[in-house]
Amino acid sequence: MTERTIRTERPWSWKRFFFQWEWLLVIIFILIHVVNSTLSPYYLNINTFIRTPQSFLDKAFIVLPMTFVILLGNIDVSVGSTVALSSVIMAVAYNAGLPMPLAIVLCLAVSTACGLFNGILMVKYKELSAAIITISTMTIYRGFAYVILEDQASGGFPEWFSFLGWGNIAGFPVMLIVFTVCAFLFWILLHKTTFGRSLYGMGNSMNACRYSGIRTDRVILIVSLLTGLMAGFTALFLTSRMGSTRPNVAQGYELEVIAMVVLGGVSTSGGKGRIIGPILAVFIVGFLSYGLGLVNISAQVLLIIIGALLIVSVTVLNVRIRKRKKKIPA
Amino acid sequence: MQNKQMQSKLKSLFSSTENFRELGLFFFIVLISLIIQMRNQTFLTLSNINTLLINGSILSILAVGMMMVLLTRGIDLSIGSTIAFSGMVSALTVSAYPSIHPLVSLLEGTLIGLGIGLIIGILVSRFNVLPIIASLGMMNVVRGMTFVVSGGRWVSAYQMSDGFKKIATGTFLGVNNLIVIAVVIYIAFYYFINHTRTGRQIYAVGSNPDAAEISGIPKKRIICLVYVLMGALAGLAGVLWVARYASAQGDTAVGYELNVIAATVLGGISLSGGSGKVSGLALGAILFAILNNALPLINVSPFWQQAIQGLVILTAVVVNVIVKRRNEYTALVRRNI
Repeated sequence: MTERTIRTERPWSWKRFFFQWEWLLVIIFILIHVVNSTLSPYYLNINTFIRTPQSFLDKAFIVLPMTFVILLGNIDVSVGSTVALSSVIMAVAYNAGLPMPLAIVLCLAVSTACGLFNGILMVKYKELSAAIITISTMTIYRGFAYVILEDQASGGFPEWFSFLGWGNIAGFPVMLIVFTVCAFLFWILLHKTTFGRSLYGMGNSMNACRYSGIRTDRVILIVSLLTGLMAGFTALFLTSRMGSTRPNVAQGYELEVIAMVVLGGVSTSGGKGRIIGPILAVFIVGFLSYGLGLVNISAQVLLIIIGALLIVSVTVLNVRIRKRKKKIPA
Repeated sequence: MQNKQMQSKLKSLFSSTENFRELGLFFFIVLISLIIQMRNQTFLTLSNINTLLINGSILSILAVGMMMVLLTRGIDLSIGSTIAFSGMVSALTVSAYPSIHPLVSLLEGTLIGLGIGLIIGILVSRFNVLPIIASLGMMNVVRGMTFVVSGGRWVSAYQMSDGFKKIATGTFLGVNNLIVIAVVIYIAFYYFINHTRTGRQIYAVGSNPDAAEISGIPKKRIICLVYVLMGALAGLAGVLWVARYASAQGDTAVGYELNVIAATVLGGISLSGGSGKVSGLALGAILFAILNNALPLINVSPFWQQAIQGLVILTAVVVNVIVKRRNEYTALVRRNI
């Protein structure tokens, strides 16, 4: 019955405080604003900071659980398709006569079920990598979205539904407020609960955690469920902003989301990273693409930039980690 | 006495599950062909089989590269973009210099693909970037570059020289060039993967990377090589694709990597590395080509195609796992006796 616990935090030091990945992100964030404000004289005002996030925050909801997924050393490329499927089902159900509040619940239920299905496959067939499971479910979910809606668009939502994507509460966009709340909840979950600690443990050694009594299967299932649920949030906000939906919405979201998480300093080999990094990365990528939009750079070039950003940040992170210890890649 | 009998019985059962896949695939192909033939009489005609094989040849060329990548426990999602980029660049070259020899175009495309593969290979082997992340990133970079070099425009049939289009429409001894190229690649690949040192080393690296490295196999070089070969084949396929459809677009072959992965896993290539046969791969590619060809023939809506593809991948990988588990179980039982 000893009260002694092992110290998980190392003693605080100036050097370590300033040599953190997150400070690099803060510097990049400031740099982007400096560059953007030289590009356009109308850039620097408070409205930019409050309004612009509306245009990119929809995918940020998936960034939060994706951080968990990558901390576990897994990956999930099916999120874009999950968004599409749940959004399409919501639209079709509403147009078939389901009241909108129920349609919203249905949307969240479908996306959660999609996430859970991934999780069940991962737990049941441990031999399979998360990559191949989510590649196949990515194809299946997107495929079902096409089966349901073929090449049409569906919409005509009630007036109040657009409030989610466009509305304000006390001068702040609804999306920003909801995201702040979600980010706070995920921060508590990751950094203040046993569940969060077990994610780090499992990212470092799944077997060690299983043998020490952590219910690893349950943790994986919960993370998949959260990923699905947040993909549902994305579907809601995205559909609300666009006013209608098609089977090919949210194409390529998985890349952007994974790129943001990795840019946020979460190691793809698992077990390293904090939630604050990916949140900063969301705003970095968002304001970066907003700034590129100001100078009329096409979406295709943005594709190149985000792809390159992903590759470069993973490479830099890996070199950093390799410097600390010699690792054997899987 | 009884023990020995049991042992041999179990042994035959064990080896039969090993060979079960190729035989099973073969019978499944025969069965599915018969069913489709009953639904639509035009399926088993010489001209349709010819079309099926021509369309399947690009897929099977890519499947060869993907097999090597999967053997080393990797994955490559960038090949759809590589096809588009190499096809686009070679089509632009041909439209600018119509007198260029088709072989030069093929070489150009292959080299472009090789370069893209080399980047992924270096990222994966030297910097320990996960294959899925490296190739996902490259997929978008290369796709963006395709749009940038073409300026968003298409290269259409009239801009291509006849010699270039002949790559895909010409015949060699009465057989379409694409089929000939695919067969040649399969023969070369069969020799390479089964009878050369490097080929066997690919299997070794896939089945146990650490053991392979300790026993002196240049693991990093092998992993890099696999992606380079995949890239080169995708680059070659890009030129063939553009010549075949006589059009190069920014969105050529979007998502084609999934077709290739589906064909490969159907062929029994394990995603956990180190196991899979060329014969299985060929059958898997043919089966997938049949599915692609036959679905429109039996009036399945084209919108079902993606969902079916996904279900095929998922079923194939899950069945692979179940078969493997049973094999291991049988092996354990055999050891106990």
